[in-house]
Amino acid sequence: MTAAIPEPEITSVNRPYWEGLKQGQLMFARCRQCGNTWFPARPECPGCLQDDWAWTPSAGQGRLISWVVYHIAFHPAFRDRLPYNVALVAIDEGPRLIANIAAPHDALHADMRLRLDIAHIGAFALARFAPA
Amino acid sequence: MRGEIVIAGIGNTRYGRHPDRDTVSLNVEACRHALADAAVDKDAVDAVFVKTPSSAREFMYGQKVSEALGLQPRIAGAWDQGGAANITLLTFAAMAIMAGQCEIALVCYADNPKTGSAAHFARPRGNDAAYGWFSTAAGYAMIHRNHVDQFGTAPDAFAAVAMACRRNGAANPQAQLRAPLTLDAYMASPFVVEPLRRDDCCLISDGGAAVVVMSARRAREMGVAAPVPILGFGHGQVSWDLQARSSLTRLPAVEAAAHDAFAMAGLSTRQIDVAQIYDCFTITVLATLEAYGFCAHGESGRFVRDGALEIGGALPVNTAGGLLSETGMPGMQLILEGVRQMRGTAATQVRGAKHCLVTNQGGTMHTHSSLILGA
Repeated sequence: MTAAIPEPEITSVNRPYWEGLKQGQLMFARCRQCGNTWFPARPECPGCLQDDWAWTPSAGQGRLISWVVYHIAFHPAFRDRLPYNVALVAIDEGPRLIANIAAPHDALHADMRLRLDIAHIGAFALARFAPA
Repeated sequence: MRGEIVIAGIGNTRYGRHPDRDTVSLNVEACRHALADAAVDKDAVDAVFVKTPSSAREFMYGQKVSEALGLQPRIAGAWDQGGAANITLLTFAAMAIMAGQCEIALVCYADNPKTGSAAHFARPRGNDAAYGWFSTAAGYAMIHRNHVDQFGTAPDAFAAVAMACRRNGAANPQAQLRAPLTLDAYMASPFVVEPLRRDDCCLISDGGAAVVVMSARRAREMGVAAPVPILGFGHGQVSWDLQARSSLTRLPAVEAAAHDAFAMAGLSTRQIDVAQIYDCFTITVLATLEAYGFCAHGESGRFVRDGALEIGGALPVNTAGGLLSETGMPGMQLILEGVRQMRGTAATQVRGAKHCLVTNQGGTMHTHSSLILGA
């Protein structure tokens, strides 16, 4: 039996993010005071330090900033997936996140357009992307 | 405070594997050698600044090292800033001495990830572990790729860094890895986290190293044989993780540290004769050279061609082999080699070198500290 993918640690702060993904929605944090946007969830806005912010739905469009391809597995759950990619993606609303890209590695290039492609993995869902 | 503080002594354990030693013991051995090198009695030491080891975090670690040294220092403690910590602690010692809070400081570091735990380097990156986002190497691979995309940086440029370090390490009897590297061997080196090849990645090592710090005046009074003056230093931080940075290849933390260090020293990059540049990965060296202004942003691939980093080149770097060849220990070995270059006693000596730049950095280029030594 293969090892399970490490599950995200759900907290009171990040729960809406993970629940949103299960329902097909990627959400980022937007500060009501200063307009700052960010991933991942944190209780205070790192721009103005206020705690007056809201989860905001993303349209699910973005572009590829950079990516890497793992040739060794640092966790047994990823041994069968080698080689696999991990990417840095900027969504069009501004903030950036770590993700996987569902595409052949030789098709990846900087600034390529991406669309959200949520993957459901057991009890949780992950924001992955695919070529737009 | 240019030149008012000196490194009076340096010492280190053997580099490589120490399966039967803990990090406190390695720190004590390194301090013993540094004190002997300075010809300073340990009872004169009144400050102990220690970098926390990566292999096993311990509460009150600076006090444990002080106790093992049999000291009751006025100032002692441990500091965690990743790989930038050693130069930072050296500057804390210098500032404490200038402020009259202590007179003779030991700054030391020891670690044993090779025979102890190297889990830190393979760690999950928060909840992004669900994507398979693990390890220290992967963050640098993300920057490496972005540099190649933006500037067309060729594999030869990354290889040039590794080859210069490995050639110097091969000539250093103390080095853990004494095997020169060819371009063909680099290109055949397997990917770890692509685009990082095995030969882009530093060693993992057990060992310890230490320096003795005091005022130049005190060193004269005590008859210290080979004091090396600190001409300048500087610090910088980019707290943001990769996801929150607007650029992966522009390094404002490094630019800030470089500015302050060169301003204090009253020098320009053209006056640097030899440099010890933190080389956890080859991209770190290329990006650091750009941020210091040795070449323009994006130009390091051209700068390092034609042996610029080799002995006899425009800027000889990592003359004892650096993290890629001497020891993977994060940063203190670079300070020690800077001292040897300024004394004129290095195994691979840059003849007539008067100014040495030493850089330390940590995280995924989160932290940076800069040091300029004089002869």
